[in-house]
Amino acid sequence: MVTSITSFGRSGLYDWMMQRVTAIVLLAYTIFMIGYLLMNPELDYNQWKELFSGTVMRIFTLLAVLSMVAHAWIGMWSVSTDYIKATGARFVFQSACGLLAFIYVVWGIQILWGI
Amino acid sequence: MPLPAITSILHRVSGVALFFGAIFMLYVLSMSLESQAGFDRAAEMLQESFLAKLIAWGLVSALLYHFFAGIKHLIMDLGHCEELDSGRLAAKVTLVIAGIAILLAGVWIW
Repeated sequence: MVTSITSFGRSGLYDWMMQRVTAIVLLAYTIFMIGYLLMNPELDYNQWKELFSGTVMRIFTLLAVLSMVAHAWIGMWSVSTDYIKATGARFVFQSACGLLAFIYVVWGIQILWGI
Repeated sequence: MPLPAITSILHRVSGVALFFGAIFMLYVLSMSLESQAGFDRAAEMLQESFLAKLIAWGLVSALLYHFFAGIKHLIMDLGHCEELDSGRLAAKVTLVIAGIAILLAGVWIW
């Protein structure tokens, strides 16, 4: 039996569930960020810095970054397995996506804890 | 192409765009949080530069579309709108709501 070794959780059902769970987190984060920016049209640096200095906001943002990366991995995997038929090219593309996802996580942590 | 197929392919296209567009989002977030000067530079860029506004609008559009198409997906997961007629209607509603939201976002950014 050929098993899927490049999918996120090596199980379609698990990937299906993770895609939904991370979607809910991203839904909440998107509503919060758009709402915050709409309600603060005169946003200044101190207020912005203070927002991201709070532990709750850092946890929420890191959760959103991790959710985005997992969600994007499952999505990019689905799209690339559908359209890139050559195994070598697909492997290179998926590796590049994995590298970019890893960079996002490290960059996100650096931004949040570098304030 | 049937309407539900269009909403599906747009969901994929917007998702891929968001994954790569996150470079721009993190770049601006990083700049805006590094210092007062960085915050001013980010604010100025989003208020003065046509290209930055276009990228921002493009990404916000992709995000809004993906957001509403995602909600449609979750509703369908719960077993609704899976028949031909209701599926077409759900696709139409998704496109209209996303279209309105994208226009409003354009007004907001410009």
